[in-house]
Amino acid sequence: MAESSLKVSVVGADHEVWSGEASMIVARTVEGEIGILPGHEPLLAILASGEVRVTLSNGEKIVAEAADGFLSVANDVVTIVARKAELV
Amino acid sequence: MGAQLRVYRQKIKSAQTTKKITRAMELISASRIQKAKARVAASTPFARAVTQAVSAVATYSNVAHVLTTEPETIERAAVVIFASDRGLAGAFSSQVLREAESLSELLRSQGKDIVYFLVGRKAAAYFSFRRRVSERVWTGSTDQPQYETARDISDALLEAFLREAEDGGVDEIHVVYNRFVSMVTQVPQVVRLLPLEVVEGVEEPGDTQVLPLYEFEPDVETVLDSLLPVYIESRIFNSMLQSAAAEHAARQKAMSSASDNADKLIKDYTRLSNNARQTEITSQISEIVGGADALSSAKH
Repeated sequence: MAESSLKVSVVGADHEVWSGEASMIVARTVEGEIGILPGHEPLLAILASGEVRVTLSNGEKIVAEAADGFLSVANDVVTIVARKAELV
Repeated sequence: MGAQLRVYRQKIKSAQTTKKITRAMELISASRIQKAKARVAASTPFARAVTQAVSAVATYSNVAHVLTTEPETIERAAVVIFASDRGLAGAFSSQVLREAESLSELLRSQGKDIVYFLVGRKAAAYFSFRRRVSERVWTGSTDQPQYETARDISDALLEAFLREAEDGGVDEIHVVYNRFVSMVTQVPQVVRLLPLEVVEGVEEPGDTQVLPLYEFEPDVETVLDSLLPVYIESRIFNSMLQSAAAEHAARQKAMSSASDNADKLIKDYTRLSNNARQTEITSQISEIVGGADALSSAKH
Protein backbone atom coordinates (compact mmCIF):
# COMPACT_ATOMS: atom_id res chain seq x y z
CA MET A 1 0.00 0.00 0.00
CA ALA A 2 3.05 2.22 0.31
CA GLU A 3 2.86 3.55 -3.28
CA SER A 4 -0.84 4.30 -3.19
CA SER A 5 -2.10 7.70 -2.26
CA LEU A 6 -5.13 9.24 -0.65
CA LYS A 7 -7.80 11.07 -2.57
CA VAL A 8 -8.50 14.08 -0.43
CA SER A 9 -11.17 16.71 -0.63
CA VAL A 10 -11.62 19.56 1.79
CA VAL A 11 -15.14 20.86 1.50
CA GLY A 12 -16.69 23.97 3.03
CA ALA A 13 -20.38 24.72 3.30
CA ASP A 14 -20.67 26.64 0.07
CA HIS A 15 -17.64 25.65 -1.92
CA GLU A 16 -14.96 23.03 -2.35
CA VAL A 17 -11.78 24.35 -0.75
CA TRP A 18 -9.24 21.92 -2.08
CA SER A 19 -9.06 18.48 -3.61
CA GLY A 20 -6.28 16.32 -4.85
CA GLU A 21 -3.94 13.47 -4.05
CA ALA A 22 -1.95 13.26 -0.86
CA SER A 23 0.27 10.83 0.97
CA MET A 24 -0.59 11.80 4.53
CA ILE A 25 -3.10 13.83 6.45
CA VAL A 26 -2.90 15.06 10.00
CA ALA A 27 -6.08 16.42 11.50
CA ARG A 28 -7.25 17.31 14.96
CA THR A 29 -10.34 15.47 16.13
CA VAL A 30 -12.11 15.98 19.42
CA GLU A 31 -10.02 13.18 20.89
CA GLY A 32 -6.70 14.49 19.69
CA GLU A 33 -4.58 14.59 16.60
CA ILE A 34 -4.90 11.78 14.12
CA GLY A 35 -2.66 10.89 11.23
CA ILE A 36 -4.02 9.11 8.21
CA LEU A 37 -1.94 7.17 5.73
CA PRO A 38 -3.11 5.19 2.70
CA GLY A 39 -4.82 1.98 3.72
CA HIS A 40 -6.38 3.45 6.83
CA GLU A 41 -9.49 1.71 8.07
CA PRO A 42 -12.84 3.43 7.46
CA LEU A 43 -13.30 6.18 9.97
CA LEU A 44 -15.76 8.86 10.82
CA ALA A 45 -14.54 11.44 13.29
CA ILE A 46 -15.65 14.80 14.57
CA LEU A 47 -13.12 17.54 14.01
CA ALA A 48 -12.10 19.94 16.69
CA SER A 49 -11.38 23.37 15.35
CA GLY A 50 -7.82 23.53 14.20
CA GLU A 51 -5.48 22.81 11.36
CA VAL A 52 -5.67 20.04 8.86
CA ARG A 53 -2.23 19.37 7.43
CA VAL A 54 -2.08 17.62 4.12
CA THR A 55 1.23 16.26 2.82
CA LEU A 56 1.13 15.88 -0.92
CA SER A 57 2.71 12.99 -2.78
CA ASN A 58 5.64 15.18 -3.82
CA GLY A 59 6.35 16.25 -0.27
CA GLU A 60 4.68 19.64 -0.44
CA LYS A 61 2.47 20.62 2.44
CA ILE A 62 -0.92 22.27 2.49
CA VAL A 63 -2.52 23.60 5.63
CA ALA A 64 -6.25 24.22 5.90
CA GLU A 65 -8.15 25.72 8.76
CA ALA A 66 -11.27 23.69 9.50
CA ALA A 67 -13.80 24.21 12.24
CA ASP A 68 -17.10 22.63 13.06
CA GLY A 69 -16.97 19.60 10.85
CA PHE A 70 -15.98 16.01 10.50
CA LEU A 71 -13.58 13.71 8.76
CA SER A 72 -14.47 10.61 6.87
CA VAL A 73 -12.13 7.97 5.52
CA ALA A 74 -13.19 5.09 3.31
CA ASN A 75 -11.21 3.20 0.68
CA ASP A 76 -8.42 5.78 0.67
CA VAL A 77 -10.91 8.54 0.00
CA VAL A 78 -10.66 11.19 2.66
CA THR A 79 -13.30 13.85 2.97
CA ILE A 80 -12.92 16.73 5.35
CA VAL A 81 -16.23 18.47 5.67
CA ALA A 82 -16.46 21.65 7.68
CA ARG A 83 -18.90 24.49 7.81
CA LYS A 84 -15.95 26.80 7.88
CA ALA A 85 -12.98 25.64 5.89
CA GLU A 86 -10.19 27.75 4.50
CA LEU A 87 -6.73 27.26 3.14
CA VAL A 88 -4.05 28.96 5.17
CA MET B 1 -57.91 64.11 -31.94
CA GLY B 2 -60.85 61.77 -31.63
CA ALA B 3 -61.76 60.27 -28.28
CA GLN B 4 -61.32 56.72 -29.52
CA LEU B 5 -57.89 57.44 -30.91
CA ARG B 6 -56.79 58.99 -27.64
CA VAL B 7 -57.89 55.91 -25.69
CA TYR B 8 -55.86 53.63 -27.98
CA ARG B 9 -52.79 55.85 -27.70
CA GLN B 10 -53.03 55.69 -23.90
CA LYS B 11 -53.27 51.92 -24.00
CA ILE B 12 -50.24 51.66 -26.27
CA LYS B 13 -48.28 53.89 -23.91
CA SER B 14 -49.22 51.80 -20.88
CA ALA B 15 -48.32 48.54 -22.63
CA GLN B 16 -44.96 50.04 -23.60
CA THR B 17 -44.25 51.02 -19.99
CA THR B 18 -45.22 47.56 -18.76
CA LYS B 19 -42.99 46.02 -21.37
CA LYS B 20 -40.03 48.06 -20.19
CA ILE B 21 -40.51 46.74 -16.65
CA THR B 22 -41.03 43.12 -17.63
CA ARG B 23 -38.08 43.22 -20.02
CA ALA B 24 -35.85 44.62 -17.28
CA MET B 25 -36.97 41.94 -14.82
CA GLU B 26 -36.38 39.26 -17.42
CA LEU B 27 -32.83 40.47 -17.96
CA ILE B 28 -32.12 40.70 -14.23
CA SER B 29 -33.34 37.14 -13.67
CA ALA B 30 -31.39 35.90 -16.66
CA SER B 31 -28.20 37.36 -15.25
CA ARG B 32 -28.84 36.10 -11.72
CA ILE B 33 -29.77 32.59 -12.73
CA GLN B 34 -26.20 31.74 -13.75
CA LYS B 35 -24.98 32.77 -10.33
CA ALA B 36 -27.75 30.84 -8.61
CA LYS B 37 -26.92 27.75 -10.64
CA ALA B 38 -23.26 28.13 -9.77
CA ARG B 39 -24.13 28.32 -6.09
CA VAL B 40 -26.19 25.13 -6.35
CA ALA B 41 -23.21 23.48 -8.02
CA ALA B 42 -20.79 24.85 -5.41
CA SER B 43 -22.83 23.56 -2.49
CA THR B 44 -23.12 20.11 -4.03
CA PRO B 45 -19.72 18.75 -2.84
CA PHE B 46 -20.65 19.59 0.74
CA ALA B 47 -24.10 18.02 0.44
CA ARG B 48 -22.63 14.97 -1.28
CA ALA B 49 -19.92 14.51 1.35
CA VAL B 50 -22.42 14.85 4.17
CA THR B 51 -24.87 12.50 2.51
CA GLN B 52 -22.18 9.91 1.92
CA ALA B 53 -21.10 10.08 5.53
CA VAL B 54 -24.67 9.77 6.76
CA SER B 55 -25.36 6.84 4.47
CA ALA B 56 -22.14 5.25 5.70
CA VAL B 57 -23.38 5.46 9.25
CA ALA B 58 -26.80 4.22 8.26
CA THR B 59 -25.39 1.34 6.24
CA TYR B 60 -22.47 0.18 8.33
CA SER B 61 -23.76 0.58 11.83
CA ASN B 62 -26.92 -0.63 13.46
CA VAL B 63 -27.08 1.91 16.21
CA ALA B 64 -30.52 3.08 17.28
CA HIS B 65 -30.53 6.84 17.35
CA VAL B 66 -33.35 9.28 17.92
CA LEU B 67 -32.75 10.87 14.53
CA THR B 68 -32.72 7.67 12.51
CA THR B 69 -35.35 5.50 14.11
CA GLU B 70 -38.98 6.02 13.32
CA PRO B 71 -41.22 6.66 16.32
CA GLU B 72 -44.15 4.27 16.70
CA THR B 73 -46.81 6.93 16.65
CA ILE B 74 -46.46 10.18 14.80
CA GLU B 75 -48.67 12.85 16.27
CA ARG B 76 -47.37 15.96 14.66
CA ALA B 77 -45.46 16.68 11.48
CA ALA B 78 -43.60 19.81 10.48
CA VAL B 79 -43.89 21.05 6.92
CA VAL B 80 -41.36 23.55 5.63
CA ILE B 81 -42.50 25.47 2.58
CA PHE B 82 -40.01 27.29 0.38
CA ALA B 83 -41.83 29.94 -1.67
CA SER B 84 -40.55 33.25 -2.99
CA ASP B 85 -40.44 36.74 -1.54
CA ARG B 86 -41.71 38.47 -4.64
CA GLY B 87 -44.34 37.56 -7.17
CA LEU B 88 -44.17 37.95 -10.94
CA ALA B 89 -42.68 34.51 -11.26
CA GLY B 90 -45.53 32.64 -12.87
CA ALA B 91 -46.79 29.64 -10.95
CA PHE B 92 -43.63 29.42 -8.85
CA SER B 93 -45.15 30.08 -5.44
CA SER B 94 -48.61 28.74 -6.16
CA GLN B 95 -47.38 25.37 -7.41
CA VAL B 96 -45.26 24.83 -4.31
CA LEU B 97 -48.16 25.88 -2.08
CA ARG B 98 -50.49 23.54 -3.95
CA GLU B 99 -48.02 20.70 -3.42
CA ALA B 100 -47.84 21.58 0.27
CA GLU B 101 -51.63 21.53 0.51
CA SER B 102 -51.85 18.07 -0.97
CA LEU B 103 -49.11 16.88 1.38
CA SER B 104 -51.04 18.41 4.30
CA GLU B 105 -54.16 16.58 3.23
CA LEU B 106 -52.26 13.31 3.10
CA LEU B 107 -50.73 13.87 6.53
CA ARG B 108 -54.08 14.87 8.03
CA SER B 109 -55.69 11.76 6.62
CA GLN B 110 -53.07 9.79 8.57
CA GLY B 111 -54.23 11.57 11.70
CA LYS B 112 -51.25 13.86 12.07
CA ASP B 113 -51.30 17.47 13.20
CA ILE B 114 -49.30 19.82 11.04
CA VAL B 115 -46.99 22.62 12.07
CA TYR B 116 -45.92 24.97 9.31
CA PHE B 117 -42.55 26.64 8.86
CA LEU B 118 -42.65 29.15 6.04
CA VAL B 119 -39.87 30.63 3.95
CA GLY B 120 -40.71 33.54 1.66
CA ARG B 121 -43.20 36.38 1.83
CA LYS B 122 -45.57 34.73 -0.63
CA ALA B 123 -46.02 31.72 1.64
CA ALA B 124 -46.53 34.00 4.65
CA ALA B 125 -49.11 36.06 2.75
CA TYR B 126 -50.92 32.91 1.64
CA PHE B 127 -51.24 31.83 5.26
CA SER B 128 -52.14 35.18 6.77
CA PHE B 129 -54.80 35.77 4.09
CA ARG B 130 -56.45 32.49 5.07
CA ARG B 131 -55.95 33.24 8.76
CA ARG B 132 -53.95 30.09 9.26
CA VAL B 133 -51.26 29.75 11.85
CA SER B 134 -47.62 29.04 11.19
CA GLU B 135 -44.86 28.32 13.65
CA ARG B 136 -42.07 30.43 12.18
CA VAL B 137 -41.63 32.60 9.12
CA TRP B 138 -38.40 33.57 7.37
CA THR B 139 -38.50 36.24 4.71
CA GLY B 140 -36.16 38.52 2.84
CA SER B 141 -33.59 36.33 1.16
CA THR B 142 -35.26 33.75 -1.03
CA ASP B 143 -33.54 34.92 -4.19
CA GLN B 144 -30.09 34.99 -2.61
CA PRO B 145 -30.11 32.50 0.27
CA GLN B 146 -27.58 32.85 3.05
CA TYR B 147 -26.11 29.90 4.93
CA GLU B 148 -26.99 31.63 8.22
CA THR B 149 -30.67 31.46 7.32
CA ALA B 150 -30.35 27.76 6.57
CA ARG B 151 -28.69 27.26 9.93
CA ASP B 152 -31.43 29.25 11.66
CA ILE B 153 -34.13 27.19 9.97
CA SER B 154 -32.53 23.88 10.78
CA ASP B 155 -31.91 24.94 14.38
CA ALA B 156 -35.60 25.75 14.76
CA LEU B 157 -36.54 22.44 13.10
CA LEU B 158 -34.22 20.35 15.24
CA GLU B 159 -35.40 22.13 18.37
CA ALA B 160 -39.01 21.28 17.49
CA PHE B 161 -37.98 17.75 16.57
CA LEU B 162 -36.16 17.09 19.82
CA ARG B 163 -38.99 18.47 21.95
CA GLU B 164 -41.40 15.91 23.36
CA ALA B 165 -44.66 15.52 21.48
CA GLU B 166 -46.62 16.54 24.58
CA ASP B 167 -44.86 19.90 24.61
CA GLY B 168 -45.71 20.58 20.99
CA GLY B 169 -42.72 18.88 19.41
CA VAL B 170 -42.86 17.26 16.00
CA ASP B 171 -42.01 13.69 15.02
CA GLU B 172 -41.57 14.23 11.33
CA ILE B 173 -40.13 16.95 9.12
CA HIS B 174 -41.07 17.43 5.50
CA VAL B 175 -39.81 20.08 3.13
CA VAL B 176 -41.57 21.31 0.00
CA TYR B 177 -39.57 23.29 -2.54
CA ASN B 178 -39.22 23.92 -6.25
CA ARG B 179 -36.43 21.87 -7.73
CA PHE B 180 -34.51 23.44 -10.57
CA VAL B 181 -34.61 20.95 -13.43
CA SER B 182 -33.85 23.21 -16.35
CA MET B 183 -34.44 26.76 -17.52
CA VAL B 184 -37.98 25.83 -18.52
CA THR B 185 -38.91 23.23 -15.92
CA GLN B 186 -39.14 23.63 -12.17
CA VAL B 187 -40.77 20.79 -10.30
CA PRO B 188 -42.24 21.07 -6.82
CA GLN B 189 -40.56 18.47 -4.67
CA VAL B 190 -41.56 16.93 -1.35
CA VAL B 191 -38.80 15.40 0.76
CA ARG B 192 -39.02 13.90 4.20
CA LEU B 193 -35.96 15.07 6.11
CA LEU B 194 -36.57 13.34 9.41
CA PRO B 195 -36.74 10.52 10.30
CA LEU B 196 -33.94 9.99 7.86
CA GLU B 197 -34.71 8.93 4.36
CA VAL B 198 -31.37 8.89 2.64
CA VAL B 199 -32.33 8.98 -0.98
CA GLU B 200 -29.31 10.12 -2.92
CA GLY B 201 -25.71 9.14 -3.06
CA VAL B 202 -26.08 5.87 -1.20
CA GLU B 203 -23.09 3.91 -2.26
CA GLU B 204 -23.70 0.24 -2.63
CA PRO B 205 -20.62 -1.67 -1.56
CA GLY B 206 -19.06 -3.26 -4.63
CA ASP B 207 -18.63 -6.99 -4.97
CA THR B 208 -14.85 -6.82 -4.99
CA GLN B 209 -14.42 -5.09 -1.68
CA VAL B 210 -15.08 -6.32 1.78
CA LEU B 211 -17.74 -4.43 3.68
CA PRO B 212 -15.72 -1.88 5.61
CA LEU B 213 -16.22 -1.67 9.33
CA TYR B 214 -16.38 1.93 10.34
CA GLU B 215 -14.48 3.27 13.25
CA PHE B 216 -16.13 6.19 15.00
CA GLU B 217 -14.40 8.82 16.96
CA PRO B 218 -15.22 9.51 19.78
CA ASP B 219 -18.21 7.10 19.48
CA VAL B 220 -21.19 6.40 17.29
CA GLU B 221 -23.72 8.42 19.25
CA THR B 222 -21.58 11.54 19.44
CA VAL B 223 -20.77 11.33 15.77
CA LEU B 224 -24.45 10.95 14.89
CA ASP B 225 -25.40 13.75 17.24
CA SER B 226 -23.12 16.18 15.50
CA LEU B 227 -23.46 14.77 12.00
CA LEU B 228 -27.22 14.91 11.65
CA PRO B 229 -27.68 18.63 12.33
CA VAL B 230 -25.06 19.26 9.66
CA TYR B 231 -26.92 16.92 7.35
CA ILE B 232 -30.21 18.72 7.94
CA GLU B 233 -28.54 22.08 7.45
CA SER B 234 -26.97 21.07 4.19
CA ARG B 235 -30.26 19.66 2.92
CA ILE B 236 -32.10 22.83 3.92
CA PHE B 237 -29.44 25.02 2.34
CA ASN B 238 -29.51 22.93 -0.81
CA SER B 239 -33.31 23.24 -0.94
CA MET B 240 -33.02 27.01 -0.57
CA LEU B 241 -30.47 27.27 -3.36
CA GLN B 242 -32.50 25.01 -5.63
CA SER B 243 -35.55 27.08 -4.88
CA ALA B 244 -33.67 30.31 -5.62
CA ALA B 245 -32.42 29.02 -8.96
CA ALA B 246 -35.92 27.80 -9.80
CA GLU B 247 -37.35 31.18 -8.80
CA HIS B 248 -35.07 33.04 -11.18
CA ALA B 249 -35.83 30.60 -13.98
CA ALA B 250 -39.57 30.86 -13.36
CA ARG B 251 -39.40 34.64 -13.24
CA GLN B 252 -37.38 34.84 -16.41
CA LYS B 253 -39.88 32.66 -18.22
CA ALA B 254 -42.89 34.54 -16.85
CA MET B 255 -41.37 37.91 -17.67
CA SER B 256 -40.33 36.88 -21.15
CA SER B 257 -43.88 35.79 -21.96
CA ALA B 258 -45.19 38.99 -20.37
CA SER B 259 -42.93 41.01 -22.66
CA ASP B 260 -44.18 39.01 -25.63
CA ASN B 261 -47.76 39.66 -24.59
CA ALA B 262 -47.03 43.37 -24.24
CA ASP B 263 -45.57 43.32 -27.75
CA LYS B 264 -48.72 41.71 -29.04
CA LEU B 265 -50.91 44.25 -27.23
CA ILE B 266 -48.90 47.13 -28.64
CA LYS B 267 -49.25 45.70 -32.14
CA ASP B 268 -53.00 45.15 -31.78
CA TYR B 269 -53.62 48.61 -30.36
CA THR B 270 -51.46 50.22 -33.02
CA ARG B 271 -53.63 48.57 -35.68
CA LEU B 272 -56.76 49.75 -33.92
CA SER B 273 -55.46 53.28 -33.50
CA ASN B 274 -54.42 53.44 -37.18
CA ASN B 275 -57.90 52.30 -38.03
CA ALA B 276 -59.44 54.95 -35.80
CA ARG B 277 -57.20 57.63 -37.28
CA GLN B 278 -58.15 56.60 -40.81
CA THR B 279 -61.84 56.63 -39.92
CA GLU B 280 -61.40 60.10 -38.50
CA ILE B 281 -59.64 61.36 -41.63
CA THR B 282 -62.25 59.76 -43.86
CA SER B 283 -65.06 61.40 -41.97
CA GLN B 284 -63.23 64.74 -42.04
CA ILE B 285 -62.76 64.48 -45.80
CA SER B 286 -66.37 63.55 -46.37
CA GLU B 287 -67.39 66.50 -44.19
CA ILE B 288 -65.23 68.88 -46.25
CA VAL B 289 -66.45 67.41 -49.54
CA GLY B 290 -70.01 67.54 -48.29
CA GLY B 291 -69.52 71.16 -47.17
CA ALA B 292 -67.96 72.15 -50.53
CA ASP B 293 -70.78 70.41 -52.37
CA ALA B 294 -73.34 72.26 -50.35
CA LEU B 295 -71.57 75.59 -50.99
CA SER B 296 -71.24 75.03 -54.75
CA SER B 297 -74.85 73.89 -55.10
CA ALA B 298 -75.95 76.99 -53.11
CA LYS B 299 -74.14 79.27 -55.66
CA HIS B 300 -76.07 77.84 -58.58
